[in-house]
Amino acid sequence: MVTQVQDKPEVSYLQQLLNLAKTQTIVPQNSHLQDLRDRAATELQDKAIPTQKEEDWRFTDLSGLLQVNFQAAKPVQLTKEDISPLTLPEAENSRLVFVDGEYAPHLSTVSQTDGIFAGNLGNLPASFSDRYDHYLDKQQGNSEIFTALNTASLTDVAIIWVGKNKAVETPLHLLFISTADDTPRMSQPRALVVAEAGSSCTLIEHYASLEDCSGFSTHHPYFVNTVTEIWVEENAEIKHTRVQRDAPQAFHIGRTAISQARTSRYTLNTISLGAKLSRHNLDLNQTGEGTETTLNGLTLIREEQLADTHSATFFNHQHGIYNQVHKCILDDRARGVFNGRVVVSQAAQLTNANQLSQNLLLSSQARINTKPQLEIVADDVKCSHGATVSQLEDDEIFYLRSRGLDDRMSRHLLIDAFASEILQKLPLDSLRQILSRCVACRTELS
Amino acid sequence: MIRENSEVILSVRDLTANVDGTQILKGLNLEIKAGEIHAVMGQNGSGKSTFSKVLAGHPAYEVTGGEVTFLGQNLLELEPNERAIAGIFLAFQYPLEIPGLTNLDFLRAAYNARLKSQGKEEIDAFDFDDLIRDKLDVVKMKPEFLERSVNEGFSGGEKKRNEILQMALLEPKLAILDETDSGLDIDALRIVAGGVNQLANADNSMLVITHYQRLLDYIVPDFVHVMQAGQIIKTGSKELALELEEKGYDEVIEAAKVGV
Repeated sequence: MVTQVQDKPEVSYLQQLLNLAKTQTIVPQNSHLQDLRDRAATELQDKAIPTQKEEDWRFTDLSGLLQVNFQAAKPVQLTKEDISPLTLPEAENSRLVFVDGEYAPHLSTVSQTDGIFAGNLGNLPASFSDRYDHYLDKQQGNSEIFTALNTASLTDVAIIWVGKNKAVETPLHLLFISTADDTPRMSQPRALVVAEAGSSCTLIEHYASLEDCSGFSTHHPYFVNTVTEIWVEENAEIKHTRVQRDAPQAFHIGRTAISQARTSRYTLNTISLGAKLSRHNLDLNQTGEGTETTLNGLTLIREEQLADTHSATFFNHQHGIYNQVHKCILDDRARGVFNGRVVVSQAAQLTNANQLSQNLLLSSQARINTKPQLEIVADDVKCSHGATVSQLEDDEIFYLRSRGLDDRMSRHLLIDAFASEILQKLPLDSLRQILSRCVACRTELS
Repeated sequence: MIRENSEVILSVRDLTANVDGTQILKGLNLEIKAGEIHAVMGQNGSGKSTFSKVLAGHPAYEVTGGEVTFLGQNLLELEPNERAIAGIFLAFQYPLEIPGLTNLDFLRAAYNARLKSQGKEEIDAFDFDDLIRDKLDVVKMKPEFLERSVNEGFSGGEKKRNEILQMALLEPKLAILDETDSGLDIDALRIVAGGVNQLANADNSMLVITHYQRLLDYIVPDFVHVMQAGQIIKTGSKELALELEEKGYDEVIEAAKVGV
């Protein structure tokens, strides 16, 4: 029996990925990190890469991943000039760069101020380092396969730490760059964000390759398996934007795990444009009453791309406010998946939760699987959900054409309008402009 | 205003058209000259709205026969956007909502499309801002309307005013107002009609499609046409509208049939 399990490709492939990490050195010689790695690796014994037989992966087929023989990432030396297309002027002096999972201090521009840290684990000052183990790998649900794989492969951690009552005015840009070469490489970035009580910050988490997002043929595959753990403590506020623009042949599996304490506020805008196959797991756990959560998502994919968003929010306390809008624009044979789970326990009375999944199909072969999943036990709550799947309406196009706009321009304006409801919520002008251009370039209608 | 020798803007001869395979227009004739205001009245299902959509080029309406000439060219050969640029404007009965597209961007895109087709340079955001602010006065709209998404969350009256604002900007040769008065309270009706009257001049023309005589107290037509079963069965002066109001459609239609 045991041998049979071992023979399954999903099991041996996971072990193969686990072994990659053994060749890499842990940046801070840190026994705590080694313990975390060992524990996670033990948990993964006999575990397997999920197949479509599992409910959570029903619509997302990972068999393509198993076809690729990934090697451990071999970070490339980049110059500031190389990465200039990916930088943001608003964050010129607050940028943290990781290349193929490895911290790149010469590309980073953060300066340390009292009570605030932005950097890697290796440089974490003593004032924080005695406490980081309370946070790292302490989120709910970390036994999930890809999270555990990331933990078992930990070499370093990107850390943003905002001390009590500190307000960071400039946006922090956390840039994870992948450099694809002829050999398929795998990197596993890890980030930890702690906003202590009463603090606030704006965070841009950005996954990108150096290659332009257009052109599908010339790229090589790489695999990013990333985990970001976020702690929003009492009355703190984080405005978080997550942009995924990986290369067209890339695999991107990412998890954002958030813990929200009493009266904290958390906003997340996710923009997913890249990768051949991407999966974003978003897990939010409410640990105190009166929290406010806003989740805006935009997925824009085409050709053979697949983008999967699985969010799960757990309300355990009263007076939570939750608003989620997820939009997908799908062209060609692209496939989108959205699963939005919201669990409101008996204790979470007076929760006000709204969820909306809106999907625009630009081609008859594009496909979306969308599923709201509300599990409500409390009886005094307001919860709503809705899902729409539509194409561009003839009447809408006619309305614009009757004002003199040609068919192509009319379609373009309508797609742009659909996307802009999310894009206009982005906190940075530069990011809004870059992504609007990206939407324009991707929806160029032939 | 009726004048001798003014230019023929629209000429419709024996127009027939189908929707989903059902014939709605059954041989419609109409001629509109510059400076004229024409009203087309009729009951529900008489084909009024179909006529307006056929003129604007809605793809769901199939022309099966007849001719439509607009400023000397065959209108039926033109795409909807080409018709708009040639000078046709349809004020929709139910203007569409476009969340995410601001009114300002929409208006500027439409204005630039016309400039482009005329081989002119596009207008920049600042110059356009000045231009559109003047037009806002025509329909007494506040500048805040420009920042909102097209028609999203607008009241019925605001939507109709927004249609007239577009008309003011695009300066058509033939404006077709499809039930622009439906659902408007008297204040909104006055604003909308006032806007239309400001825009009417000796070089353009209006085709006012309506169910109710009330609108024609504010937009005074030179001709009133009664439409029934896809044809114009009777044409008269503005008094015909009053007669319809007084006697009802059935009596006027019966009288027309027996040739009274």
